[in-house]
Amino acid sequence: MVNLALRLRKKRMNRSFMGNLAMFLFLGVVGAFMALPLVYAINAAFKPLDEIFLFPPTLFVRNPTLTNFVDLMTLLGQSWVPFSRYIFNTVFITGMGVVGHVLLASAAAYPLAKHQFPGKTLLFTTVVLALMFAPQVTAIPNYMIMSWIGFVDSYWAVIVPAFAFPLGLYLMKQFMEQIPDALIEAAKIDGASEYRIFWQVIMPNVKPAWMTLIILLFQLLWGTDGNGFIYSEELKTLHFATNQIIQGGIARAGVGAAVALILMSVPITLFVFSQSRIIETMATSGMKE
Amino acid sequence: MSEVILKEGKPAPAGAPPATRPPSRWAVKLQEIKANKHSYVLLAPYMLLFGLFTVLPVAMSLLISFTYFNMLEFPRFIGWQNYSRLFLEDDIFLIAIKNTLLFAAITGPLSYIACFVFAWIINDMRPKVRAFMTLVFYAPSISGNVYFIWQMIFSGDRYGIANGFLIRWGFILEPVQWLKTEIYILAIIILVQLWLSLGTGFLAFIAGLQTVDKTLYEAGAVDGIKNRWQELWYITLPSMKPQLMFGAVIQLTTSFAVADVSIYLAGFPSVNYAAETIVTHLMDFGTIRFEMGFASAIATVLFALMVGTNLIVQRLLRKVGE
Repeated sequence: MVNLALRLRKKRMNRSFMGNLAMFLFLGVVGAFMALPLVYAINAAFKPLDEIFLFPPTLFVRNPTLTNFVDLMTLLGQSWVPFSRYIFNTVFITGMGVVGHVLLASAAAYPLAKHQFPGKTLLFTTVVLALMFAPQVTAIPNYMIMSWIGFVDSYWAVIVPAFAFPLGLYLMKQFMEQIPDALIEAAKIDGASEYRIFWQVIMPNVKPAWMTLIILLFQLLWGTDGNGFIYSEELKTLHFATNQIIQGGIARAGVGAAVALILMSVPITLFVFSQSRIIETMATSGMKE
Repeated sequence: MSEVILKEGKPAPAGAPPATRPPSRWAVKLQEIKANKHSYVLLAPYMLLFGLFTVLPVAMSLLISFTYFNMLEFPRFIGWQNYSRLFLEDDIFLIAIKNTLLFAAITGPLSYIACFVFAWIINDMRPKVRAFMTLVFYAPSISGNVYFIWQMIFSGDRYGIANGFLIRWGFILEPVQWLKTEIYILAIIILVQLWLSLGTGFLAFIAGLQTVDKTLYEAGAVDGIKNRWQELWYITLPSMKPQLMFGAVIQLTTSFAVADVSIYLAGFPSVNYAAETIVTHLMDFGTIRFEMGFASAIATVLFALMVGTNLIVQRLLRKVGE
């Protein structure tokens, strides 16, 4: 028996050498295509001006310097609204949006995953249908709704719709379904109310899914430019402010790269630390018929 | 939302008919709703916002698309006029729809296949290497709108990376205006879209591959599966069908919504509308010309296109491995 298993394992490992080679070459080429623009941006951020405008251009920096970051600080120091305000705006929008979404989506996911009640199928089908079109479709009526409820030119126009991001609810519901019913039954027998079960039994058990929702929302909100709802300079986001710097064109190429580095380092770091939990959540992401 | 339903639910059990007659269908429903009060309470906050910012706008968009509406006067019903103007008179819209379908037809399937193929190759690696490669492929899509890097790469002077290397290697003699030449614009946008496309779908596939039951492969080897291609078609793909369907939705929806990259790289409007897409056309009429009725007709066409394609693809994917 052991012998057979060993032989089978060997058979699986024994794949054609040329096939492996071709696959890894392919992987290398595409991996380079994915990585090089980011590598270039990281290097450009540390290049002195004479290296950015070097012909022929180079990928890697030769004499790294922090000039670009210093220039960025100088530029932002001159802006009408202090730079820290832009950072605060983006952090506030991202923070509020993430916390609200995780709470609301989890609360809605629990009954959808574990209870039977009239209207359940209809509600969930609507959410799945919402995954099938991009938010741009609803941009115009959304503006009217925002102006009716007075959200135009405030953080809430970006934050509140993010609470109801459909992908988050979908992933959370799929993940909750694999929590054993016995756990809920046991809590019920102990006399816990449904709300208490949700808060003390379900929520601690779906931590991997929290991380996933957090990173998805982070991705959505960290790079937001206000979606056209925010006009006041003191409410504008980091991404909006840095965009204006980059619009400065060729003279701001170095500073632009520095901005890119700062903008991308935060979500990438977040992902590095939460990768395994996100993969765990995605394992349950499948659509059942 | 749930509050209203619950209030209606109260009188039913009190005035319930005598035990001889079985309760009516509605009475049973109301009883059920009452018994599940907590479910509705938990759902209410999310569903209220979801209805307000997703369901209601879709319905409004559909209604407004049959009116003339300029945000100042009350909308005036004009029947199918917006749609007939869209398809018969607006030649820019035809460019937009052609570009959008082109983007979707190329980046949709390509990115979907790329997501799967790379997830599949990566899956065989040691965990540390796998985590690193996942990061390499996923990094562009998570970096948060940093596609302006490509502006530096395809900048129209000699210092742009693309021009610099091509001149140095002797392929071209003088710098090419990549983002201002019609024939290059589309190709570059497709390239950047592909670069950004290994996102949520890719992660779902990596996860899906890790959950395929390993004993199936051993059983397959006994049943005479010879190489990794057969293994892929007969075991791996059918086992991760749910993830395949989920990934398809994500990739397709993004592939129809090209706009930010186009605006950023090619400008708005782009040279001779070469990079116009349905979404940029929608923004043109919605946020610049304020022809809301017409813009809503564009949005409705886009909605139908996205949802329709998704539903068809879902139906096709159900057949995988059958």
